[in-house]
Amino acid sequence: MSTARKGADRLFWFLALTGLIAGLVGLWTRLTVGHASANYGSYIPWGLWVSGYIYMIGLSAGAFVMSALVFVFRVKALERIGTLALLTALTTLIGALLMIWMDLGHMDRVWRMVLRTNFGSVMGWMAWLYGAYFVLLLVEFWQAMRLRLVLQADAPGLAGTLCRILTFGNRDASAASRRRDAARLRILGSIGIPLAIAFHGSVGAIFGVVGARPYWNSGLTPIIFLVGALLSGAALLAMVTAIWGPGKEDGDNTAIVVLIGRIILGLLAFDVILEWAEISIGLWSSLPAESASLKLILFGHYWWVYWGVHVGLGILLPALLLLFAGKRASAVGWAGGLIAATFMSVRLNIVIPGLAVPEMEGLRDAFQGPGLSFEYFPSSAEWLLFIFAVSTAALLFLLGKSLLPVVDHDANPDLEPQLQGGPGHVQ
Amino acid sequence: MNKQSKDPTTAPEREAASADATRVRREFLAKFGSGVFASLLAPALAGGALPALAQSPRRAPGALKMPDLPPETEGEDVVLRMMRELRRALAKPAAERRWSMVIDLRKCVGCHACTISCIAENKLPPGVVYRPVMEEELGKFPHVSRRFTPRPCMQCEKPSCTAVCPVSATWKRADGIVEIDYDQCIGCRYCLTACPYSARTFDAGHNYTDRTPENTPALVDRARAARYEQTKAHDYGKEWGREPDASPIGNARKCHFCVHRLEKGMLPECVTGCIGHATFFGDANDPDSLIAELIGRPNGMRLKEELGTQPKVHYLL
Ligand code: SF4
Ligand code: SF4
Repeated sequence: MSTARKGADRLFWFLALTGLIAGLVGLWTRLTVGHASANYGSYIPWGLWVSGYIYMIGLSAGAFVMSALVFVFRVKALERIGTLALLTALTTLIGALLMIWMDLGHMDRVWRMVLRTNFGSVMGWMAWLYGAYFVLLLVEFWQAMRLRLVLQADAPGLAGTLCRILTFGNRDASAASRRRDAARLRILGSIGIPLAIAFHGSVGAIFGVVGARPYWNSGLTPIIFLVGALLSGAALLAMVTAIWGPGKEDGDNTAIVVLIGRIILGLLAFDVILEWAEISIGLWSSLPAESASLKLILFGHYWWVYWGVHVGLGILLPALLLLFAGKRASAVGWAGGLIAATFMSVRLNIVIPGLAVPEMEGLRDAFQGPGLSFEYFPSSAEWLLFIFAVSTAALLFLLGKSLLPVVDHDANPDLEPQLQGGPGHVQ
Repeated sequence: MNKQSKDPTTAPEREAASADATRVRREFLAKFGSGVFASLLAPALAGGALPALAQSPRRAPGALKMPDLPPETEGEDVVLRMMRELRRALAKPAAERRWSMVIDLRKCVGCHACTISCIAENKLPPGVVYRPVMEEELGKFPHVSRRFTPRPCMQCEKPSCTAVCPVSATWKRADGIVEIDYDQCIGCRYCLTACPYSARTFDAGHNYTDRTPENTPALVDRARAARYEQTKAHDYGKEWGREPDASPIGNARKCHFCVHRLEKGMLPECVTGCIGHATFFGDANDPDSLIAELIGRPNGMRLKEELGTQPKVHYLL
């Protein structure tokens, strides 16, 4: 590991651990005080936690689709990061589900989402889609790791023990078993793509179908969600690959990261076009109700979130890095990290401005009380719980990549056999 | 108007009838004189301050019998007429009723008595409000006026809040009232975003006594003040306390036209609590009812009519 990568690794361990410890305070507050500690309420019913959930679920869907490039479309240039992409998708999914579970008024009733599903509601579908996606991710991750687990099962120490346990007794490393792995991964990935599109499109549809909120109510909303997911997930993977990815030793890493960089640049351009379509049509709309939320985003109290965090740090700076230093892994890693981190501002700017415009102007002053306000800034308890969910996801990722043979640093040809021999290689 | 009583013809008969009417009215007023005061007294009763009144009908809703109403008289209070019509509606199957409300904005003086009486009746905690009164200033000096618009739940004929619920915890009942099953609701708040009238609020678990000091004998300390909050609410005809983490805390809440009162033959609290008689209530399917008469007026309107939600709350301008 180079010094820069070692430094980044240490920094992320430090951030994840500190975040988790600080976040425990948020968890404690959530479990003891409940929603009374939050600043969202009746007029702005969804806040930081819902935004954090759609943010992380988008990262997961995006990272998963990147893994599908390896296991379904067999893009050879990316094959060494297939499992890393799956681990990223799995851990961000766990963070997202943790976040939205904590957001429920009755956490203990979450099972009703499955046992009493209203399939007439887009949200009703979510539990099923997430359940299916979660199981699929677990199985696919194991399948992608199977051979590595077998090969590492005799290694000493904790990692070896873990590998031994996780092989579940299956020690077959024959060529036939590898071909079987490849075929199964292709099937799982093929099921996963429509599933990832369905569930993240549905997250967009949750917002898109709400006729009462003109800012959300558009057929474009699910598409914007999907493209945003692909962009933020791929961007996160660029950073992850640049720091922990394989091939640093044999020079392969740069090639992989640069390729992801090109994918990100394309997605960024597409995302900007969609954003332009959304903002221009909305702003030129003749109905003030349509443009009110957009005006809040662009010129409201929190204008700097859009212009500074999103446009400045999330679009312009990464675009410059990708355009002018796109051949350097560190620059692409930085660009990816910036896009992935600042994408939270995009998610906040979907949820909050859609709610912060009163449906009935007179309600603003009609009655006072906690939660009866159209102004919103997350409380410290909300920030801390959000940090808890993100840190948990980050820590699970760090533990996963440290304890499991997710990354093959030696470019051992034995470790990437799943893709060999099958038809449809993309070079 | 539907005449139910016989016309007394002779003077003694008229006197007897009038004395009878006065007695029934007195008894009636003694029982239902002021829902607001009854609601406000309930916490004190719960604390044992007025033990003699602890058997108030409000404390045991299941045991309540509808009192007799006085015979219909010329020029009587519209509340009495609406109560009579309410009972007529209750005699029908639920699916044949269409509970509706009319709010005469010309009569509303913006006193917020309906908001407060609703809070007292339903024991609403801080941050939960079923019927706020919106205030607008119209015109420029010297031609300025104010308009007051109470906003209960519209009990929409085509509600946009029910379809979105992921666990079917909210639905439109046979009588048209949109109900929330607090025991089913998971508190996702999707319905809050979907209601075009912001009629749903979230019970985040706040209490009026949250920052009240403990053990201050000279003052009403937390333990004693908390009695108000421990008084049971009766949303949808069930008893609801304020135990932490138990419903209705963590749920979506909204106006339910006081179904727990309707079922006992009483009008919604905001109707009886309105000092200007600006709110009317009844079964719109009853062609002889006051509500049907008012809904038919040409100066009526509904909020956001263009959305197609078909609110059952009408406004007279
Ligand atoms: S006013 Fe809102 S909460 Fe009430 S029925 Fe209509 S949509 Fe539902
Ligand atoms: S808050 Fe309750 S009633 Fe409303 S949509 Fe969620 S589960 Fe259904």
